[in-house]
Amino acid sequence: MAGAHKSLADRSRRRFLAKAGVAAAGLAAGMRFIDFPHANAASDPVTGARRWGMLIDADKCARGCNACVTACNDEHGIQGQGRPETDAQWIRKVTLRDNATGRETSLPLMCQHCEHPPCVDVCPTGASFRRADGIVLVDKHSCIGCRYCMLACPYKARSFVHEELTDQKPWSPRGKGTVESCNLCVHRIDEGSGRIPACAEACAREGHKAILFGDMNNPTSTLAKELADDDSQELRADLGLNTGIRYEDL
Amino acid sequence: MLMLLLVICAAANADESSGLLPVIPQAVKGEACVEPTDVMRRDHMQFLMHQRDDTVHGGIRGAKHSLVGCIDCHAQTDAQGAAVPVNAKDQFCASCHRFAGASMDCFECHATVPAGKRASTTLPAWMSPPTVFVARTPSTGVD
Repeated sequence: MAGAHKSLADRSRRRFLAKAGVAAAGLAAGMRFIDFPHANAASDPVTGARRWGMLIDADKCARGCNACVTACNDEHGIQGQGRPETDAQWIRKVTLRDNATGRETSLPLMCQHCEHPPCVDVCPTGASFRRADGIVLVDKHSCIGCRYCMLACPYKARSFVHEELTDQKPWSPRGKGTVESCNLCVHRIDEGSGRIPACAEACAREGHKAILFGDMNNPTSTLAKELADDDSQELRADLGLNTGIRYEDL
Repeated sequence: MLMLLLVICAAANADESSGLLPVIPQAVKGEACVEPTDVMRRDHMQFLMHQRDDTVHGGIRGAKHSLVGCIDCHAQTDAQGAAVPVNAKDQFCASCHRFAGASMDCFECHATVPAGKRASTTLPAWMSPPTVFVARTPSTGVD
């Protein structure tokens, strides 16, 4: 046992010395030290050049259709425990009724991916954060489950996981004691293959095409053009949060 | 000194035969790990911790120190062709962690079998379905 450990240590020491030698040779030859951190990166970190967002057309959203909610649940492995008061809900269908006219509107409601997110302001550990490209996320490694963010969110977009979970999806880790919400299917966005969030995909599959996803910062994107042309609005615009999810025909 | 060595060797042999040492199953795919074995044994937690921040905050996916990558290669398959969770008893992660007395929290959130694979039915105790307590309606005393 002791011998085995010693030889292990020897091997790593030898490897370190060999690497140190190579590094020294590289420095001598004028190699820039700043190159090292990038050596293993598969891609570059996201930047603020893009801002992901959505335009939801409430006129096209069909009442009684739940395809976006089902697709979200499938994508992220969200299963109800039969307790609607505490079950996780990343996206839900809401029906608005104008009492004066009786007009009813149906719309999906989820995390609005604010530019100034109240959930980030109140988080005591920095777990709730806004990514450079506008996606508001929870870093569950540092979430302590205090649920301040759930109180702060004006859209009631966040859920707390109350019970032990099994069978999580590899691309969507979820666990007891942490807060979670719509992540705009960040794993699909990061792939860079052009796959859109599961809810938008399902809505298009159903033929409603009520959810348009895209880059708000790119003036040539369909989303940016629609936002420029049409009269869209933010939910609770009075709060000045500059949401990434916009609605039209409410 | 020689006696001491002999005693240590004898103890090591006894450990192996009595099943006290970790039994590490061979990876099911891949020629070699992303780092040499001795480096992985000592530093895998550091690799995972640094890369998780790059992934969660920077959106960098597919770099080599990925937990999903560990699971893809190291989750075994049982006789029925179902994937065995890496944190099940005597499996790749659990075997060493039990030996070292180090608990791991990774799998409270992260998947324990590769994407698209059905999990084996032999789950560790803590993964068994939660017991459902049915509250009895309190008796009102009036029948």
